[in-house]
Amino acid sequence: MSETEDSTIMIRAGGLTKAFGALVAVDGVDFEVRKGEAFGLLGPNGAGKSTIMRMIASVSRRSGGTLSILGMDPDERGPDIRGHLGVVPQQDNLDTELRVRDNLIVYGRYFGLPMKFLRPKAEELLEFAQLTEKAAVKVDSLSGGMKRRLTIARALVNEPDILLLDEPTTGLDPQARHILWDRLFRLKEAGVTLVITTHYMDEAEQLCDRLVVMDKGRIMAAGTPAALIQQYSSREVVELRFGSERNAEVALQLAGTGERIETLPDRILIYTQTGEEDLARIVDGGLRPLTSLVRRSSLEDVFLRLTGRSLVE
Amino acid sequence: MREGRPVAAGLRSVYAGRSHTVVLRAMYALKTSAWFVVVSGFFEPVFFLLSFGLGLGGLIGAIQGPKGLAVSYAAFIAPALLATSAMNGAIYDSTWNVFFKMRFARLYEAMIATSLGPLDIALGEIAYALLRGLVYALAFMSVMFAFGLVLSPWGLLAIPAALLIAFGFASCGMAITSYMKTFQQMDWINFFMLPMFMFSATFYPITVYPEAIQLLVKIFPLWHGIELIRGLTLGQFDSSILWHALYFAVMVAVGLVATTRRLTALFMK
Repeated sequence: MSETEDSTIMIRAGGLTKAFGALVAVDGVDFEVRKGEAFGLLGPNGAGKSTIMRMIASVSRRSGGTLSILGMDPDERGPDIRGHLGVVPQQDNLDTELRVRDNLIVYGRYFGLPMKFLRPKAEELLEFAQLTEKAAVKVDSLSGGMKRRLTIARALVNEPDILLLDEPTTGLDPQARHILWDRLFRLKEAGVTLVITTHYMDEAEQLCDRLVVMDKGRIMAAGTPAALIQQYSSREVVELRFGSERNAEVALQLAGTGERIETLPDRILIYTQTGEEDLARIVDGGLRPLTSLVRRSSLEDVFLRLTGRSLVE
Repeated sequence: MREGRPVAAGLRSVYAGRSHTVVLRAMYALKTSAWFVVVSGFFEPVFFLLSFGLGLGGLIGAIQGPKGLAVSYAAFIAPALLATSAMNGAIYDSTWNVFFKMRFARLYEAMIATSLGPLDIALGEIAYALLRGLVYALAFMSVMFAFGLVLSPWGLLAIPAALLIAFGFASCGMAITSYMKTFQQMDWINFFMLPMFMFSATFYPITVYPEAIQLLVKIFPLWHGIELIRGLTLGQFDSSILWHALYFAVMVAVGLVATTRRLTALFMK
């Protein structure tokens, strides 16, 4: 790899492993995050996403493998690396004893930033988070969406090179999610590298340039959302419902339609390149589904194929 | 901690030299906090002094000081109250306040995500507790001066002595709190503090106890704190006062190391 290419790699993990006693939370993963891209970590609960996030955030020591963030080893230069990161944790941990503006200023002081820099910076970030009018109120009186935006604004106070977002929109209503996505797009446009964990597939499709799908501590697949859909799913999906007693029986008759058929208790999924034609053929063949739907294949189909449909408790 | 790592590198991974920003944070927090809670820390020892020292003291009359010289009862218990308030202030800040920030406000988790290290946090929180302790100590000392209860110029050293006592209790208190998970466990601290306050020769000389009990009292820190300050304000002390100071210096060192290790273990898993 040439030197210029090398300098655009922000994070590089090789055989990265983290064990808590006998539990292996992250089991030898390899990935790279390049400058300016939005990189997604997808996976069900317990897949190891948050553990990877904590290792990148340099607050958790790896058990094995290599990890380099901005060319530095977090084991040796944790505080230096953290100075270049912005962290948005899964649960807001705003300082509830401080007012909204003071949350930004005091957090900036932890990085050793001078007041001369922080005063205008706080105003700029309040503007960005649409919280200018709330600057002097206590954090407790903010709504969930506002708190989330303030947490993101706080993570930007040190003008980080990499912003780590651990399930940024969990628990937000659709309006608040869309505002947040808009803010994240702006950051991406401004050249900030984003690392995002999520289990919302629409969020991953919206935000991520590239992502990895994880399960049980391992990477199951990696690529752009479009490439993953192409590789692991079909172009379209036909969803048919015949009633829960008949689905399994009908599925046998449908064998050979499309590329792959999946029978679920409530419906049959046919993965295919030609959804409308397949549906017409099925109806012509005399089968009468209660409801039918042809849709484009999504990242959710890829996700469920790779990580299974059973519940992770 | 890994073996064979240079000490300097080890310190750098837990300390960024910015504990003053943690103190600053506490100052900002004062803006939104209830002032009467802050002020109440001053009145408690004053009330004790008035009721026991002046009220009960009128009945008791003079009492023997550490070196056998007679002093008024109020002058005898005032330094003990100063030592106790230094202890209480430090313990309150380093246990209940820290417990809340650690388990509920998740403040340290947020701090550790910045370029602060666990030692910055420990030192900063303790420094703030001391700052508050200093204000209380100065206020209480003025009351003692006003009532003529500081019998020696050495008494001025009671202020740094009170800070040393607070430092020892705060650093150990924070370390102990890091092991606490529930409110019930936090109550054990109170269970331990009250008898220590009552029985550490606070209201009468330790010589009233039989030898074995005296030894037991001397194991606990408050007695050393009381003897340290009493010796200074009454002007009755000898070289043994250094041992009392040393007791707290050891508490400071042990508490700081333990707190840093615990914060590292809790927040940098």
